[in-house]
Amino acid sequence: MLSYTLKRLLTAVPTLLIVITISFFLMRVAPGGPFDGERQLPPEIEANLKAAYHLDEPLPQQYLRYMGNLLQGDFGPSFKYKDFSVTELIAQGFPVSLEIGGLAILVALLLGLPLGIIAALRRNTMIDYTVMGTALAGIAVPNFVIAPILALVFGVLLAWLPAGGWNGGALPNLVLPVIALSIQQIAYIARMMRASMIEVLGSHYIRTARAKGLSERQVIWRHAIRPALLPVTSYLGPAIAGIITGSVVIEQIFGIPGIGRYFVQAALNRDYTLVMGTVVFYGALIVLMNLLVDLLYSALDPQIRYDD
Amino acid sequence: MTTDTLSDNRLSLSDATAGESLGRDAWRRLKQNRAAMVSLVLLVVIAVTCLIGPYLLPWGLADVDWNAFSAAPSLESGHFLGTDANGRDLLTRTLYGGRVSLSVALVATFVSLVIGVLYGAISGYVGGRLDSLMMRFVDIMYSLPFMFLVILLMVVFGRNIFLIYAAIGAVEWLDMARIVRGQTLALKQREFIEAAHALGVRDRKIVTRHLIPNAIGPVIIYVTLTVPKVILLESFLSFLGLGVQEPLTSWGVLISEGTDMMQSAPWLLLVPSLFLAVTLFCLNFLGDGLRDALDPKTR
Repeated sequence: MLSYTLKRLLTAVPTLLIVITISFFLMRVAPGGPFDGERQLPPEIEANLKAAYHLDEPLPQQYLRYMGNLLQGDFGPSFKYKDFSVTELIAQGFPVSLEIGGLAILVALLLGLPLGIIAALRRNTMIDYTVMGTALAGIAVPNFVIAPILALVFGVLLAWLPAGGWNGGALPNLVLPVIALSIQQIAYIARMMRASMIEVLGSHYIRTARAKGLSERQVIWRHAIRPALLPVTSYLGPAIAGIITGSVVIEQIFGIPGIGRYFVQAALNRDYTLVMGTVVFYGALIVLMNLLVDLLYSALDPQIRYDD
Repeated sequence: MTTDTLSDNRLSLSDATAGESLGRDAWRRLKQNRAAMVSLVLLVVIAVTCLIGPYLLPWGLADVDWNAFSAAPSLESGHFLGTDANGRDLLTRTLYGGRVSLSVALVATFVSLVIGVLYGAISGYVGGRLDSLMMRFVDIMYSLPFMFLVILLMVVFGRNIFLIYAAIGAVEWLDMARIVRGQTLALKQREFIEAAHALGVRDRKIVTRHLIPNAIGPVIIYVTLTVPKVILLESFLSFLGLGVQEPLTSWGVLISEGTDMMQSAPWLLLVPSLFLAVTLFCLNFLGDGLRDALDPKTR
């Protein structure tokens, strides 16, 4: 297990290197520099600025410097938010994004799994059709459509909940963004859970369990649910990536001060260092989450042993 | 009547790609799936409306009606679905936006199809060290946070519809490559291929008569599942302000504009959202239907 973890961590290194390298060079070939303002700077000042940011060095040297700083957790200065470093901005925004994203994953699991199980147990009944039809709708309607409509209905027309804003993370402000972020994942998880539950219920050992005379509840709780959970576990990686990506638009729509919103603002402002910093940060996060999910998977499935 | 003419088109298309018996069989099974058929008809209606609709409406893409800014939908003014904050007809813009969204869907999917099929087929046929090398590369690509790299690409190179085609196509080919490689590998080992070899059928004929018709099912299924993903990706980029540029528009752009105006003019949000949602809904239904129709395991 330990050696497998180490091996996976090692394969994460080239992936991250690629992300960082692509981001770095894309940023450098971008037309225009960080100091192209409305006012033309005097050449001496621009040269000084460039020297201060080490932009006058040859590209390979800049690349190595960036990598060196990155290893120390330093993403460089933001070009637009002049007084902040990218690291500070990420450190500010991440707890907020984490809260929303973590809650969304939790909600997706707490609703998606039971819905899938119920649909599988009541297969081809009205309940099944209703759950699966709703799930398909949840998959077909993207979250950036659901979010504004939720805000319009519950925030503006009914005025039950705030239509946006963060307010220090107060509960009413959390409800709509978390729902908007989790709906799609609820739908996917419910569909997968239903499919894998149906497959498990048709397998031989379930028949054996029934033949032994176990009650239906015991068959389902003790024998069916755990193996049925496995495919859903392997979906958690993409689910987390989806929620991270989704948070970019959700934070934008609801005006939540997480990294997603910084990222969009930075992209629109061409704040290259901030865009790049967030891309690298998100990349590392997704790679790490995938690793954790794989480890969880192996912990749940006794058939998988990573001995080599 | 519509379904009849449709069925003719569909058949000729399947004949060309999938071989006669497989195509006809799949079509027969698809016809029995009511949800998929309704979706297919709706999709054709949406596509045709987007194509010819703008010619039938009196407004152009960027025409400003100086008498109607953010006007509510009304039959009298001729703005059936209202106007946006700049006095442009929403129905016209939604249909033009549909053209962009659908064209991105088709072109980007095609790009991913070509890259994926070529890559997967080569990897599967050649096998050996090249295969493992090529697949290792795909593994690494898989773990890249592509969404963000695409966004970075759009930021750096500016908003350009050809870049959108290429970028999205380049993101979505990975699954296709894996599917095609898997198919090729599995089919290479099958008895009927061996039998064809034993009967002295030439390699090229084996590929065209036996390998491709058998591998095409999963590819078609995957294509129908890729199209909604691509539309979604384009709308996502557009929503963030990184999609096509003014005066061109897409459903994602319109939804984004509508979000800003939803309190005073909710129709600006609801109309393009409805078009996008219905299209994605239909594509998903159609994809599910095709999977049931083409997947030999469900027979």
